[in-house]
Amino acid sequence: MTTTDIQNEIIDNFSLFDGDMESTLFYLMDLGKKLPTMPDAHKTEDYIVKGCQSKVWVFPTFTDGKVYFEADSNTEITKGLVFLLWSIWNGQTPDEILNSELFFIDKIGMSRMIGSQRSNGFASMIKQMKLYALAYKTKGA
Amino acid sequence: MLKNNISHIRAQFPILHQEVNGKPLVYFDNAATTQKPKQVIDALQRYYELDNANIHRAAHTLASRSTDYFEATRKTIQQFINAKEEAECIFTKGVTEGINLVAQTWGRANLKAGDEVLITTMEHHSNIVPWQMICEEKGATLKVIPINDAGELLMDEFDQLLSTQTKIVACVWVSNALGTINPVEEMIQKAHAVGAKVLLDGAQACSHMPVDVQALDCDFLTISSHKLYGPTGVGVLYGKRELLDAMPPYHGGGEMIKEVTFEKTTYNEIPYKFEAGTPNIGDVIAFKYALDYVNELGKENIAAHENQLLKHFVDGISQINQTNNNAITLVGTAKNKVSVQSFTIHNMHHFDVGMMLDAKGIAVRTGHHCTQPLMQRFKLEGTIRASFALYNTTQEVDSLLQALSSIVKFSNR
Repeated sequence: MTTTDIQNEIIDNFSLFDGDMESTLFYLMDLGKKLPTMPDAHKTEDYIVKGCQSKVWVFPTFTDGKVYFEADSNTEITKGLVFLLWSIWNGQTPDEILNSELFFIDKIGMSRMIGSQRSNGFASMIKQMKLYALAYKTKGA
Repeated sequence: MLKNNISHIRAQFPILHQEVNGKPLVYFDNAATTQKPKQVIDALQRYYELDNANIHRAAHTLASRSTDYFEATRKTIQQFINAKEEAECIFTKGVTEGINLVAQTWGRANLKAGDEVLITTMEHHSNIVPWQMICEEKGATLKVIPINDAGELLMDEFDQLLSTQTKIVACVWVSNALGTINPVEEMIQKAHAVGAKVLLDGAQACSHMPVDVQALDCDFLTISSHKLYGPTGVGVLYGKRELLDAMPPYHGGGEMIKEVTFEKTTYNEIPYKFEAGTPNIGDVIAFKYALDYVNELGKENIAAHENQLLKHFVDGISQINQTNNNAITLVGTAKNKVSVQSFTIHNMHHFDVGMMLDAKGIAVRTGHHCTQPLMQRFKLEGTIRASFALYNTTQEVDSLLQALSSIVKFSNR
């Protein structure tokens, strides 16, 4: 699936809650559980995303021209947010990651859902994952 | 009793009557800041609509009016804490500035290498960092009184730590994170016996209990307006006259001088010596209405109401725990405490709990509450904190308990 297809699916799923905050949060926490387990050995200071209130780790690898992420957080709601990015970008090429516009964020009303502090943290995650993609693109070029 | 009067009381707090995330707002973050009654909001508006002028000095009517109102707040706070005289009450930006003022002026003049400053494990960062700064500058040592698992000071350890080297005991009266009321009367007595001064951080205490600085015999007390139903950006530092008189000024500027020449400046009397620059006039004036409001309801009535809410909450948590394998742990179970309750939920991060409660319109505090060393003592990253105020109701506590019950069930899924 393209990053656009995946985002459209996310928007569809969130629309089911019709803006109800509580069920949205429960849903996010359940999504977080779908993240593949990240080995503790990779949860080091080097892979912490700076700028998040919660702890978030993102560990990238690059195989056959595609970027793969391991990710985790110490809080469940944030883990759900990490899962959304992971589901869009895991296994995509650096170009796809760098060029994809994350239109789902506005469509699902993310800022209303998580507030401005967490929105900043979420922006840090996006920036960090794009930086990894850029690094692989530069290395691969 | 407040309980019989609660709908009338709530009617005076406009902010309470709104929905958050589609649910009626339940505001339990009162230890962070309290909401303001209509009297305070009206006073602020009236000041800017009718009276705004810079205080002291000017000859015109508006200036004289605003000066009178400003000084009327000083009179009210003097009575509120039973200070000997109004001049012992200095307006500050808040408790943080009050403590910094004492550390930077009294501390700079009185501390030297080898001296000790004694604080407690449960201090807010604002009563740790200013002392660390001055201790570092002067070569003095910061010592910390430990606590037990309930969050009570170990008074034997206090006795051991207190010595003639102790120059000041800077102690929180009521812990913001735990709600513990510290035995400050005993501490003041013992500190004075070795010649040490005592500063009380009254940020939390002053909204919950009667304050009498003369009976307590504390040397300094810091007060926050916004935790006492008044505006933000206003605090009061109480100090005994002989100490304030002897202390060098804090900030230099207008108001704090008697006479300025390029060669030498002489300083004004207290309280003005410590009030350089144009103060936060409107908010100081409105603060009086908060004090009047609290006086009118009566601290004893307020405390009785809040304690009843706390008991209802703690009993409710026990009930949830009985059927949920003790999923909720109370943090801060001192015998003597105010209506502040920290807790953690097994398997749930406090941030997540905070957001889930917010989704139900319930505002609580989550995190370390600016008491990181205290959290380290309990081996916690943070807690969830509910703090109850005079306008909260038993029904609101029930809403919180119901929400926690469903969160606990979710966490056990």
